Amino acid sequence: MTDRALAVVRAGALTTVQDRGRPGHAHLGVPRSGALDGPAAALVNRLVGNRPEAAVLETTLNGCTLRPRSEVTVAVAGAPCPVTLDGRPVAWGAPVRVPAGSLLDVGTAVSGVRGYVGVSGGLAVEAVLGSRSTDLLSGLGPPPLTDGAVLPLGTPGRPHARVDVAPQPAPPAELVLRVTLGPRDDWFTPDAVRAFTARTYRVSSASNRIGLRTEGPALERTLTGELPSEGMVLGAVQVPPDGRPLVFLADHPTTGGYPVIAVVHAADLPATAQAVPGTPVRFVAVRRR
Amino acid sequence: MRTLLVGDDALLVEVASGEEAQALHAELVRRRAEGSLPVREIVPAARTVLLDGLDDPARLASELSAAEVPPAPPRARDVIELPVRYDGPDLADVAALWGVAEQEVARIHAATEFTVAFCGFAPGFGYLTGLPTRYDIPRRATPRTAVPAGSVGLAGPYTGVYPRSSPGGWQLIGTTDAVLWDHTRVPAALLSPGTRVRFVPVGRS
Repeated sequence: MTDRALAVVRAGALTTVQDRGRPGHAHLGVPRSGALDGPAAALVNRLVGNRPEAAVLETTLNGCTLRPRSEVTVAVAGAPCPVTLDGRPVAWGAPVRVPAGSLLDVGTAVSGVRGYVGVSGGLAVEAVLGSRSTDLLSGLGPPPLTDGAVLPLGTPGRPHARVDVAPQPAPPAELVLRVTLGPRDDWFTPDAVRAFTARTYRVSSASNRIGLRTEGPALERTLTGELPSEGMVLGAVQVPPDGRPLVFLADHPTTGGYPVIAVVHAADLPATAQAVPGTPVRFVAVRRR
Repeated sequence: MRTLLVGDDALLVEVASGEEAQALHAELVRRRAEGSLPVREIVPAARTVLLDGLDDPARLASELSAAEVPPAPPRARDVIELPVRYDGPDLADVAALWGVAEQEVARIHAATEFTVAFCGFAPGFGYLTGLPTRYDIPRRATPRTAVPAGSVGLAGPYTGVYPRSSPGGWQLIGTTDAVLWDHTRVPAALLSPGTRVRFVPVGRS
């Protein structure tokens, strides 16, 4: 038996399998899911020679420890962290050859939140509706990693990329999110809309893959009734009854009943994956392109 | 019909009623199937249809604003029958709210043809309409922390079936053995927007 598999020695705080998600099923109540920091996930796939849709691991704050059962090429990116192979430091953000049975440790992030571990051949767990992503809202896809789990690997394709270290954006010291107002900004007082784009919020520790929660000035509504459930988009800034804006991320519900004051530009969402609790957040209103 | 731009590549179309939303949704799905509406997601909801992944949402908005809401969609699809035991823990409360006997709740519910207005909350969870508005019902004051899979519940104007165990505040009137969601099946969801549904009473097992 060809043992192309990855043993999980230490699962870490929250490590999930992610790819580009399962868009196209929102009308069935299925969230899109997928890697929160898409560019970092794409980078590790490129570094190990995988296709962009290959499944990778997404770690949270304290990495994970893995033991491949056959020789693989691995790359770690996203939140910067120490990486060791059998205890010796190896490169972060670059392809690393890992012999069969060696111990690869992805350490605690020195900044940022989510690390991405690409493995040559990709993680070959069962796909659900065309995606291997773990969806923490609806429970679709593989469960989060546990110590002792064994993940199957696919067959590697091309040789890995010939780069030493790939440039990556640093995790944000301040999150500046460009937004277009609406569709429900008319549910808020003019003062609230001004406060939303003028004041500074902070990333709440209650943030997760479903949404980036914030702490800061509560936004006052003019309409207090209930909004009938309506479809939600990635990046929607929903304002629940506590008045604190919440940015919908990959595992967001497909419909919701709280008004959406604005929508964050898609290009600004990957940075939200790397913003640690307490990071200042500013919403900057821009005109529609 | 009112259109609202959502970010850079989505459009929310708001109409006056749930029936209009269902008709609009059917029309938009038809246009996508014939190739004249390239869009990633068409998500119907209570009074709206969201179109996500559009190249030019502003252009579509002006097209739609000039159009009439289409008439009710053709009822070409088969009716899905869900076997149900009317044995839910909230049956007595629902009977009291409706002002009828418990057996009458079952009779009224089973005599109704429902339509899946939209899905949400969980994969395969449909919001079914069809009961007259006088049977609208509030959610439970205190939601349950765990509602078993297959529970048939009522909330507002809707009937729903829990595809899997989850917390929930709907008033539970019955149970079905039908599998609402199975990701290994094609299609995974038994109910999708526009599906017609009847509940067929079965004896207690």
